[in-house]
Amino acid sequence: MSFAFYIAGAVAIISTLLAVTRINAVHALLYLLVSLLSVALIFLFLGAPFVAAFEVIIYGGAIMVLFAFVVMMLGLGRKAMAQERGWLTLRVWLGPALLSAVLIIELFYVVYSGPFPAIRVVPTTPQDVAVRLFGPYLLGVELVSVVLLLGLVGAFHLAYQLGKKERAAHKRGMHP
Amino acid sequence: MSFAIPFEHAMMLAGILFFIGLAGVLVRRDSIFILLSLEVMLNAAGFALVVAGAQWHQADGQIMFLFILAVAASEVSIGLALVLWLYHWHKTIDIDKASSMRG
Repeated sequence: MSFAFYIAGAVAIISTLLAVTRINAVHALLYLLVSLLSVALIFLFLGAPFVAAFEVIIYGGAIMVLFAFVVMMLGLGRKAMAQERGWLTLRVWLGPALLSAVLIIELFYVVYSGPFPAIRVVPTTPQDVAVRLFGPYLLGVELVSVVLLLGLVGAFHLAYQLGKKERAAHKRGMHP
Repeated sequence: MSFAIPFEHAMMLAGILFFIGLAGVLVRRDSIFILLSLEVMLNAAGFALVVAGAQWHQADGQIMFLFILAVAASEVSIGLALVLWLYHWHKTIDIDKASSMRG
């Protein structure tokens, strides 16, 4: 049964690679969605169904929809694709890819040097997570609510200023 | 559903995803792709936490993942609002154009 983990992992790696290297933003978003779904599947294999559901609903749903909205609002199309194609040359790729490869080889070395037993999957129910979340981690929940509030205020401020500017420009256009 | 997954392999998967995202952040200049790669990196970090939680049979890893999820959601909403500003000012989403930002 552990071959399922390897298949889902391979799908995750391939689709993430494709998502990062695509020219067209919509294709990249769809590949990223596949990657998130395969990670959610691995969460199920690891006995974490609660987090798997969150991965699908929030990452695959909410965050991807936000990206899709912005991509379609900007409507960059062919011009941006041509620009991206010009930027993504081998010369640009090679340095960062090699440096990342060096770091990941070091990570493999560190992970393999420790004697870790294989993961014995024991499913964690949503109740287990919730009891700990609202027990010892209550302060963390409060802090996260502050982070979300800051995100809300920041996004509102940016969008409000942008809207004000565009309304003013519109008005100037109507009454020259 | 009882089968064993090697801890090293699961951690390596998290590492590979993280470094794909890192390379994406370093290489791309389109700001939407940079935000997308940041999402990949955050997701990989959360994945590593869930794997560690599964290794020691604790729910704490999943709680950390929920916190990362909240941070990722607020980060992406502000980031995309900034992308709209960048497009408004410069009519492009090339991140190098943002080097002239003030205040």
